[in-house]
Amino acid sequence: MDMDMARDALVQESRELLAAMENALLEIETDGVSSEAINAIFRAAHTIKGSAGLFAFDRIVSFTHIVESVLDRVRTGKVQIDDAMLSLLLNCGDYIGALVDAIQNRTEDTEPDADRRAVLEKLLGAHLEPAPAVAEPTASSLATTAPDHGPGTEHIEGSGGVDSDNWHLSLRFSPDVLRNGLDPLSFLHYLTSLGRIVYLHTVVDTLPALSQMDAETGYLGFEIDFESDADRAKIESVFDFVREDSQIRILPPHSKIDEYIALIALMPEPGRLGDILVRGGALTEVELAQALDQQHDQQIGQKPLGAMLVEQQVVPEAVVSAALNRQKQSEDKKAHEQKFIKVEVSKLDQLIDLVGELVIAGAGANLIANRKKDAQFEEAAQSISVLVEHIRDAALTLRMVPIGEVFQRFPRVVRDISRELGKEIELIVTGAETELDKSMVEKLADPLMHIVRNSMDHGIEGTEARVLAGKSPTGMLRLNAYHESGSIVIEVSDDGRGLNRERILAKAIERGLVTPEQILSDNDIFRLIFEAGFSTAEQVTNLSGRGVGMDVVKKNIESLRGEVEILSKEGQGTTTRIRLPLTLAIIDGFQVMVNDEVFVIPLDLVIECVDLAGHDARHNIVKLRGEPLPFVRLRELFELPSLEQSRESLVVVQFGQQRAGLVVDRLLGEFQAVIKPLGSLFSGIRSISGSTILGDGRVALILDVPHLVQQTTQQQSLAQSGKSAGFLAHNKTVDL
Amino acid sequence: MSNLPTTAASSRLQGVESPGTQQFLTFTLGGELFAIPIEHIREIIEFGGLTEIPMLPPFLRGVINLRGAVVPVVDLAARFGRNSTEIGRRTCIVILEVEQDSQMVALGIIVDAVNEVLSVEPGQIEPRPSFGAKIRADFIDGMISLGERFVIALDIQQVLSVDEMAALIGMNPHDELATAQA
Repeated sequence: MDMDMARDALVQESRELLAAMENALLEIETDGVSSEAINAIFRAAHTIKGSAGLFAFDRIVSFTHIVESVLDRVRTGKVQIDDAMLSLLLNCGDYIGALVDAIQNRTEDTEPDADRRAVLEKLLGAHLEPAPAVAEPTASSLATTAPDHGPGTEHIEGSGGVDSDNWHLSLRFSPDVLRNGLDPLSFLHYLTSLGRIVYLHTVVDTLPALSQMDAETGYLGFEIDFESDADRAKIESVFDFVREDSQIRILPPHSKIDEYIALIALMPEPGRLGDILVRGGALTEVELAQALDQQHDQQIGQKPLGAMLVEQQVVPEAVVSAALNRQKQSEDKKAHEQKFIKVEVSKLDQLIDLVGELVIAGAGANLIANRKKDAQFEEAAQSISVLVEHIRDAALTLRMVPIGEVFQRFPRVVRDISRELGKEIELIVTGAETELDKSMVEKLADPLMHIVRNSMDHGIEGTEARVLAGKSPTGMLRLNAYHESGSIVIEVSDDGRGLNRERILAKAIERGLVTPEQILSDNDIFRLIFEAGFSTAEQVTNLSGRGVGMDVVKKNIESLRGEVEILSKEGQGTTTRIRLPLTLAIIDGFQVMVNDEVFVIPLDLVIECVDLAGHDARHNIVKLRGEPLPFVRLRELFELPSLEQSRESLVVVQFGQQRAGLVVDRLLGEFQAVIKPLGSLFSGIRSISGSTILGDGRVALILDVPHLVQQTTQQQSLAQSGKSAGFLAHNKTVDL
Repeated sequence: MSNLPTTAASSRLQGVESPGTQQFLTFTLGGELFAIPIEHIREIIEFGGLTEIPMLPPFLRGVINLRGAVVPVVDLAARFGRNSTEIGRRTCIVILEVEQDSQMVALGIIVDAVNEVLSVEPGQIEPRPSFGAKIRADFIDGMISLGERFVIALDIQQVLSVDEMAALIGMNPHDELATAQA
C-alpha cells in the first residue's frame, strides 16, 4: 500500500476517533457518566495508539498510551471521572490532535509542544497512582509469582530480542521489608558491587498521602537498568533475602519482547511501566509499541493472556471481563463499519459531473423528440429523463451529509468559551440530522463559529446582568437546522441582550453609511452590521472581537449562494438565520426569455407569473392583489436592444422577506440547470450567479436575483439623486 | 539569442523541447497577421454563435459551450483597442490555455481566419520594438521575420491576463457599484 495513502488514512481515522472521543467526553459532562461513553473514549484512544503503532509514530503512541492507561483506570472504576478529569482528557484529545496534525505535516519527529505534553503527562500521571487499598493486596498477591526462568535459560537469540545490552530489574519490595529489618537501599548498594546501575526509576505509585503514611512500611519499587557481566544466578542471589515476599523480576540483556510484555502486564502500574522502560533505555519506543501491540493482539485475539493473568491472580477477574467486553465491542463496531464504504471525494465529484452532463444530454434528446413529433420516441425520451432525474437525485444524496458534522464541534466550543468568559451558557442543538452538500458543510464551519462566538461574547449577558433582567442565570444558545422550500435554514439564536438598534444606527451615521434622514426598518439597520469595517472601533467590544467582521460571515455565506439575516429584539435575544441552497451542483431553474436570450431564475425563488398589463408607465410598480410590487425590466437592466413587443410577463420572486417582479418577454418553464461556474473572469458581475447549458447546447445565464434587485435599487437611487458622475462616492449611502 | 528581451515570456518562447525550431499558429485579425506559440493552443473551432453576457466591456464577447464546459470568448481586436470583430464566414474561435493562479484556464479568442502553422528558427525571432506596432508593447513577445514581412508573436499570457481582464470588467460602470461593495 502506498505509504502516503496509508498515512492520510491514519490521519483521517484518528481525527474521526478524536471527534468521537470529544463527543463522548462532552456527553459525560452533560448526561453523567455512562459505561458506553467511557468505552467509546477508551476505544478511540486505543485505536489511535494501535494505528499509530503500526507506523511507529512513537510520540503519539507513547502519549496516547498514558492517556489510555488513565482511561483504563477510569473504566475499571479505580479513578472517578470528574470535571477536572474531563478537562484534562479534552486537553489530551487536543494534544493527540496536534500530534496527528504533525503526522499530516510530516513533522512527526518533532514534538509539537513539549511543555504542554509534559504538563499533561504530569497531570495524567497523578491519576495513575493507584489507591492504596487496591494496590496493596495486589502487591502481596504478586509475591507468589517467581521468575519464569531458572539460571542459564536466558534467551539471547536475536529474533524478537530487544536492543538493550543491559539487564532489566523490576523490584517491588514487600510492604513489610522494613519491618523485617531489611533496607531496600542496601540491596541496591550491593547490586552495584556486581556492575553499574545505568538507570534507576523509583516507583512511588503506592505511596499514600503523608497523613496516611506508615513509617515502617516499604512503599517504594524500583525499575533498574543494570550493566553487568555477572550471570543471572549471581544477580538473583543479591535478592535472596527478600525473594520470599517481594516481587523481583530480572530480565537478561536482549530479552524477548514477549518477556517485557509479561513484565508490563504483571506490574501493578502497567501504564507507566512501559514508559519507564523506554526512558531507562531497556526498550526503545519502537519495541514498546511492538510490545503493546502484541499485548493488544493477545488480548483481542486469543485471550490466553487474560486467562494467564487471572491464573496468576494478578488481575481481578472484573478487569479481564472488561477486556473481553471491549473485544466484543470492537467486533460489533467492525460489523457497523462495514455498512459504509469510504470513497474519495474526487470520484464522487466526477460522478456528479457526469450526471450533470447526462442531464444536459437528456434535455437535448427530449428537445429533439419533441421536434420529431414521434410519439414512441417522445415516450422513450420521457422515461429516460425520469430515470435521469432519479439518478441525479441519488447522485446528489451521495454528497449529502448531516449538518451535525458541523454542529458537533460546538458543544466543545461553547463549553470552553463560556468558561473563558465566566458565563453559564447552555447549548441546545436541534435538527443536526438535516442534510446538506458536503462541500458546503466545510465552508460553513467558519462563519458559524464566528456567529456563535459573537452570540456568546456579546449577545449573552453575564450571570448577574441576566438575573437583574429577570432572566434565568444560565444563558441559552440554540443551533437549529431545518429544510424549507428547497433550501436549508440554519439558525443561531441566543436569549441575550439583543442588538441595540439606536447604537448601530448612530454608528452607521457616524461612519457615513446612512444619512440621518433615511428611514430604515429594523431589518435594514441590523443588516448594517454586515458592512465591511463596521465592526471596528468601539464596536469591537460590542459586536465582534476576533479580528473578523460580520462582513466576512456574509461574504462566506454569499459565496455559497446563501443569505444571512438577523432578527433581534432588544433585551430578548438575537437570531442569525442562514439560508443556503441544498447543493451547489444542480438547481431547479425557471427559464425566461428576453429578446433571444434565455435566462434562468432559480425556481425556489419564483412565487408566481402574471401578465404585465395596464400598469402606470411612469413608475415601475404594479399593483398585485392590492399590494404594490416594484419590478425590474431585464431588458433595461441588461441594456438589451428594444424589440417590438406585444406582451410582457411578470415573474414574481421572493427572497428572504423581499418581493420583486422581473419583467421578461416570454416564459419557457421549468428546467433542471446544471450549474457551470463562470470563473474568476466574471467575478465582477454580481447580477449573474453562473451559467448552465440548455438542451440545444446554448449557454444560458442564471440570474442572481437578490443582487440583481439590489443593483436596480442602487441605480434608481442614483437616477433620482441625479448625480451620475459622483455615484461611486454615493454608493455607500444607497447601498443599504 | 542574446539580443532578445529578457522577459520571462521570451525565455519561455525559446524554452521548447527541441532547441531551435518553434512552432507558431498564424491568424489574421483585421487584415494583420499574428502568431501564437502552438503549445498554448488546445483546439480551433468554427464560430457557431455564443451567449452574450450583459454589461461586459466589448472585448469579452460572451461564453460558449465547449463540450459541457462554459468557456469565455475574448474579442482580440477589441482587446487591442480596435473595433469589434465582425463575424464572417471564416471566423474561428481559437481555444487557448492560459495559466491563472497556477491553474490552467481555457479561454477562446475570436479571429478572422486561421492561416497556417509556422516552424520558426530562433534566428528568425527579433525582439519587440518599443513602439510602432500599434498594440500594447507588453502584448508582444517578439517579431517573427518572414522574408520582407514581420509577424507579431503575441505574449498570450499577457494578452489574456485573467486578472487584468477581470479588473477591467469590474470597471464597467454598472458593476462598479458591485465591486465597490465587494
